[in-house]
Amino acid sequence: MTAVSDASEQAINTRATPAAKRATVVGIVLIMLAAFTFWAFGLGVESGFESQFNLSLPGARYEGLSWIVDSRAVGFIVALVLAFLGGLTLRRSHPKWTNLSLSVGLALFVFSFLTWAAADGAFSFVGMLTSTVVLSVPVTLGALTGLMCERVAVINIAIEGQLLTSAFVGTIVGSAAGIWIGLVAAMLTGALLGAVLAVLAIKYRIDQIIAGVVINIFALGLTSFLARRVLAQSQDLNSPGRFGSTKIPFLGDIPVIGPMFFDHNMFVYITFILVVALHFGLFFTRWGLRSRSVGEHPKAADTVGINVHRTRYRNVILGGVIAGFGGGFLTLAQVSRFEENLTAGIGFIGLAALIFGRWRPLGILAAGLVFGFARALQQKLGILGTPIPSEFLSMTPYIVTIIVVAGVVGRARPPAAVGQPYIKD
Amino acid sequence: MSDVETPPDPPSKDDVSETQRNSEMYKRVTGIGTSAREAMLVPALAVLTALIVGAFIIAVTDVDTLAVWGEDPAEAFRLTVSGIFDAYRALFVGSVGSLDAISETLFAATPLILAGLAVAVGFQAGLFNIGVNGQMHIGGMAALWVGFTFAIPAVFHVPLVLAAAIAGGALWAGLAGFLKARTGAHEVITTIMLNFIALFLVDYLLKSSLFQAPGRNDPISQPANPTSVFVSLFSDYRLNIGFVVALIAVALVWWLMYRTTIGFEFRAVGYSPSGGRYAGMNVAWVYISVMAVSGALAGIAGANQIVGLEPYRGISNFAGNIGFDAIALALLGRSHPVGVLFAGLLFGGLRAGGREMQGAAGIPIDLVLVLQALIIVMIAAPELVRAIYRVKTPDQEITTVTSTGWGA
Repeated sequence: MTAVSDASEQAINTRATPAAKRATVVGIVLIMLAAFTFWAFGLGVESGFESQFNLSLPGARYEGLSWIVDSRAVGFIVALVLAFLGGLTLRRSHPKWTNLSLSVGLALFVFSFLTWAAADGAFSFVGMLTSTVVLSVPVTLGALTGLMCERVAVINIAIEGQLLTSAFVGTIVGSAAGIWIGLVAAMLTGALLGAVLAVLAIKYRIDQIIAGVVINIFALGLTSFLARRVLAQSQDLNSPGRFGSTKIPFLGDIPVIGPMFFDHNMFVYITFILVVALHFGLFFTRWGLRSRSVGEHPKAADTVGINVHRTRYRNVILGGVIAGFGGGFLTLAQVSRFEENLTAGIGFIGLAALIFGRWRPLGILAAGLVFGFARALQQKLGILGTPIPSEFLSMTPYIVTIIVVAGVVGRARPPAAVGQPYIKD
Repeated sequence: MSDVETPPDPPSKDDVSETQRNSEMYKRVTGIGTSAREAMLVPALAVLTALIVGAFIIAVTDVDTLAVWGEDPAEAFRLTVSGIFDAYRALFVGSVGSLDAISETLFAATPLILAGLAVAVGFQAGLFNIGVNGQMHIGGMAALWVGFTFAIPAVFHVPLVLAAAIAGGALWAGLAGFLKARTGAHEVITTIMLNFIALFLVDYLLKSSLFQAPGRNDPISQPANPTSVFVSLFSDYRLNIGFVVALIAVALVWWLMYRTTIGFEFRAVGYSPSGGRYAGMNVAWVYISVMAVSGALAGIAGANQIVGLEPYRGISNFAGNIGFDAIALALLGRSHPVGVLFAGLLFGGLRAGGREMQGAAGIPIDLVLVLQALIIVMIAAPELVRAIYRVKTPDQEITTVTSTGWGA
């Protein structure tokens, strides 16, 4: 065949982009961002404008804290730092430096963007960070569900359906029998759907993506059907009440960090604990080692006496419990009422966070916070009246995920056996 | 493509298992290699089972009747049976009970057939295009723009609308194909993500001055010009030339897949990518072109939702659930164009009948989604059907089906 086809065949076989090429891409991106920052957030702001970041919420113990900066100066300084980081990345192509420069650069760029958005005005910085944490919770929980499944090589794209169904069941049972029992019912529902996925994937060896699609369609159809046929007639089944927030003494009064992390309902605290526990469990316990080996090389795991199928069933069902907890958060804490298609894609953002977090609990937490930040920013920008359409911020998680899976900035590697059923010889 | 005839190098050990996995997946989604009896039997039993489960769901969610069971079981039983009977009669009457019902069925089947073909083409080449929804949105928006921008005679305008839809859909899907070919990014992930990106892009465009209807604040576009819309085939009925376009698409896809070298390459790569590579096929190019063809079909389905549907305007999420129904359709139709046509007619009937069921018997149309989910799960896992009905089929040893992992 021709040289053209040889080249593209080679491209297909190429797994990782060379680090040097990536450093070049990142360096160029940083320098372009520097130029943009200089032009838009530096020159684009009238001199003398100040941006006020409010660092405490009304009614807090230390009320009225704020940080005032010269809007134009921030733009120029950030542009300078970005250009410096870009140059540095172009010079040396060590992967660690590349990723660090990119993260620092993007954080500075966002800061400079906020300064520009709040120029000649005030902006509740703490309010945004607090809602970032709250909005990250369902995304993180969804991603942890996916993590439990994919670490043992079962693809789960049914997270959305699991969240939706458990939110629905949580609402009904919570309205009838109280929010705690509602939460338990939501978690059991998540586990049940996890078990269905596990049976379809492990026992019937049905294509796991199709199994996930089926569960999603089923969940959307059944919950919408029941919401219209049952909930519409008996509204008292659709008002479960909600879990209130508990402020942690002392820690909750610390400016900025207090409202961000220590003044929430128990779902937020448990999510953070769960992330740490799963990190520890996955990388430092026998359970974690066995689970990971089942996900990477089931045959080897089987050879040393690990029951591959039992491990998969257990983890997929436990993942379902986490999704059920997330569904409970949606209708028993965030809002206390069920509506058709209430999740509206949160489960898929969870899938995105799983990939962006590179199949690691701490990475997932970071990804969840980044995506939560994007959603919080979108809400705040509406209030500030910036000319950036909110739709583009809504796209961020999805665009970021495509960039990550395409390996443009750092390649994400899933567990080796993901999606493949295991057949004992 | 003279290289096609070159005998392939003996595949290595790893490739044998890859080929096996792929061919078994292929068999499952295409039905090739199974007996004709099973190819028909499993879908038929799946539909029957779904209807039985649906009847059960109707019965247990009938809140008023449930209260009667305690007092008068005989009366409750009668009410339950008549409730189910009324629902399914409405489903039947609404889908094939009259000329108008048949027109509604074919009308509802039009976008389903087109979208189902899109998924089927992907399946045949071993690609899972879960992004039909996004491709419909982009294709539909392209069609809409051509629809309201130009004012030319319909003989030129409608083909131009279709061309724009094809280009839009093919581009959006081709992006996923390109990413797969160049970087190995799994098409399931990229197409899911592209769905959401398209959804928000449509919302943005509908509020932009380019598309938004004058004097409106909500995301709704100005209507397409009358010259650009699909005209009715028979006066008084909603059935329009969109259905003819769908039929032509069925024929073209059949011709492409089974009568051309390109189609042969698509199917060969679907059967075994490494086998195709040994035979000298340009697998990267096949991935891109399969996705483009698939996206083009999805784009026409998207155009149908704009220029085939009054009031010929773009609204938020105008593709609705069709992109996901399409997956069910392609599986039910065994990824064969003619199978997809019949599956599309069945689902169109469920849609049209479902509306009647909602209106006349008060059963929410969402039940149709539940029926569809049940149908796919049984098609994808025939063992379930075998377990329920204790039917024996000759190829019971086929148990494996797998998609490639995210990284591949």
